[in-house]
Amino acid sequence: MSERENILGRIREALKVNAPLPGSHGKTTVQASDAPPANHAREWLPSVGASIEEQFALFAKNAANLKADFQRLASRDELKTALLKISAAEKWRRIASHGGELTDFACKALGLPVTLTDRGYDVQKMEQCDAGITECDALIAQTGGVAVTSRSAGGRALSVLPPHHVVIARREQLVADLPAAFAMLQQKYTPDFPSMISFITGPSRTGDIERILVLGAHGPKKLTILCL
Amino acid sequence: MSSFVSQFKTRATEKTRDLRHRQVIRTALRGYEVVRDKNKAAFQSWESARQAAAETKWQAINHLDTHLESLVAKLESRGTKVHWAGTGEQACEIIAQILRDKKARAIIKSKSMTSEEIHLNHALEKEGSTVVESDLGEFIMQLRHEPPYHIVFPSMHLTRGEIKDLFQRELGDAPSDNPDDLTMVARRVMRQKYIQADVGFTGANFAIAETGMLSITENEGNSRLTAALPKTMVTLIGIEKVLPRFADLALFLPMLATAGAGQPMTCYNTMYSGPRQPGECDGPEEWHVVLLDNRRTELLADAEQRDALHCIRCGACLNVCPIFRNIGGHTYGTTYSGPVGSVITPHLRGLQDWKHLSNASSLCGACTEACPVKIDLHHHLLQNRRNAAAGQPAFFERLAYKIFGLVANEPKLWWLAKKLGWLTQPLQHAVKGSVLDPAKSWTKTRDLPPQPRESFKDWWRNRK
Repeated sequence: MSERENILGRIREALKVNAPLPGSHGKTTVQASDAPPANHAREWLPSVGASIEEQFALFAKNAANLKADFQRLASRDELKTALLKISAAEKWRRIASHGGELTDFACKALGLPVTLTDRGYDVQKMEQCDAGITECDALIAQTGGVAVTSRSAGGRALSVLPPHHVVIARREQLVADLPAAFAMLQQKYTPDFPSMISFITGPSRTGDIERILVLGAHGPKKLTILCL
Repeated sequence: MSSFVSQFKTRATEKTRDLRHRQVIRTALRGYEVVRDKNKAAFQSWESARQAAAETKWQAINHLDTHLESLVAKLESRGTKVHWAGTGEQACEIIAQILRDKKARAIIKSKSMTSEEIHLNHALEKEGSTVVESDLGEFIMQLRHEPPYHIVFPSMHLTRGEIKDLFQRELGDAPSDNPDDLTMVARRVMRQKYIQADVGFTGANFAIAETGMLSITENEGNSRLTAALPKTMVTLIGIEKVLPRFADLALFLPMLATAGAGQPMTCYNTMYSGPRQPGECDGPEEWHVVLLDNRRTELLADAEQRDALHCIRCGACLNVCPIFRNIGGHTYGTTYSGPVGSVITPHLRGLQDWKHLSNASSLCGACTEACPVKIDLHHHLLQNRRNAAAGQPAFFERLAYKIFGLVANEPKLWWLAKKLGWLTQPLQHAVKGSVLDPAKSWTKTRDLPPQPRESFKDWWRNRK
């Protein structure tokens, strides 16, 4: 018998006796319905406000708490100005990015040498880049974070290897809360999910030395979210 | 007395007297307590969320066989190689064999308590591999050749000065004792390690049966890099990590972050559903997932304590536990410390050897209160005591209770015992804590309340 069968056999044997339901103090061992208990998560998680403007205000507040830089921009001209300003301030010499409508525009606007990930890339070269510029799948008002995938954001490394991660998003990508983000991703990608989906909530951080917050542990020291 | 008990007693006595240790732990947890309470309060209903999380895990664990089959089928359909390991040794051997097949020497590793449980680093180093822990806290502990102090904050008992000295000694690089500077030292050391490693090793926090995904929660980005750059990726998970649905993560990710670190959301929450897929530009060519039993099915078979398998390893019960805060993480001598460790270790490593952990508890219930998935921790400690006594009752304990039962049932004997107690009281004071004291182990650190001459019963009878 294979180890798989051994383990599954032990599990089936063990499950012949029902366990009491949580909170029933040993009385109930059968769930009334097999509906997902987390179906109503929206009603318990932190509240987000009903209107889009309230949700944008919440996203901005959460992003600021996370020490991410969030800017809402009215036009592509403003996007160009914002990118050039960051690039000048940090003296960018080389950037990494991926093909996409917004990222193509950003790379052109910056006019710097670019490492594109789409057709494979040299890791050492990407490591030398000053910023990784990606698109995303969603902005989540509830957390102030973004959702990226290996398909929509140039693979797995682009959003974590360079020291500054710049996300360019569209206004309509804002979702209210985590349940909405998971529902959106499931609808968009089932049955062929990208091999990686990542919720990025602020720049990389650690508290492993005396529980004191330090930004840029292994991933980006800075996270900028530019929203058109 | 087993060697585990005597070791535990020696270490516990030493640590509880170490005021500096107590101060360091208190300072480290003070900030956590503030943000944890703030972020719990931000939930519209933390209590409803806990109940739903507990019920979701109940579904997952009580239908574990079907969920595991679904998980594995989905993972395999996208090219992931799944391995089943009945024991820790088997898991180590499976992983060592993957390294041999790949002729891999350099391994970059992100934090995994399950790998600590099976002593993976030791097994791989014996094979001649170099294993580098990439999580900052784990890296610090690896340099100190010590196991993690806490399941979430591995180096919380160290001060910045101690870490500076460690980096100076082991790496020859410690510009100051500023946490920023020290973190940057680790960042510099690690960067090329990700790129040069043959294999990236990770643990995982949740396994999604519905979509065939493993979800990893981290703050530093080390796990993201570990899963992005090396050509081969290996992930080890306990079979109890299953969640039924993708959407369940919408509840579990913020709860894990809040209970575990007091954050609204951990910095990176990443779901992996396969190795690099067609059309993708990076990621490992091969992904091996090792599913570990290692006596989890024994805990599963105990329906009364089955909910201990709901544990999401957030560490909240350690942080609130008065015992953990006084004796410290290393005193337990176990991979999983604190209340949850005291509950599950007897199941994973033998009840009679580890029953003393169930007595190292004030039964205050703070752990049960703190648990985001409502594991009945302090009652399980009592059940472990009961099971240990039923399995191997101590002769003197049995005798003492027998005598007590006899005396308490017989009014004349009870009266005599009371009088004797009052008479021998001064004698007890004289020998208190010495070898002549029959209750030495109890009275060494406690005072018996003085027994009044007149009992309540006498007073009631004599009142006018």
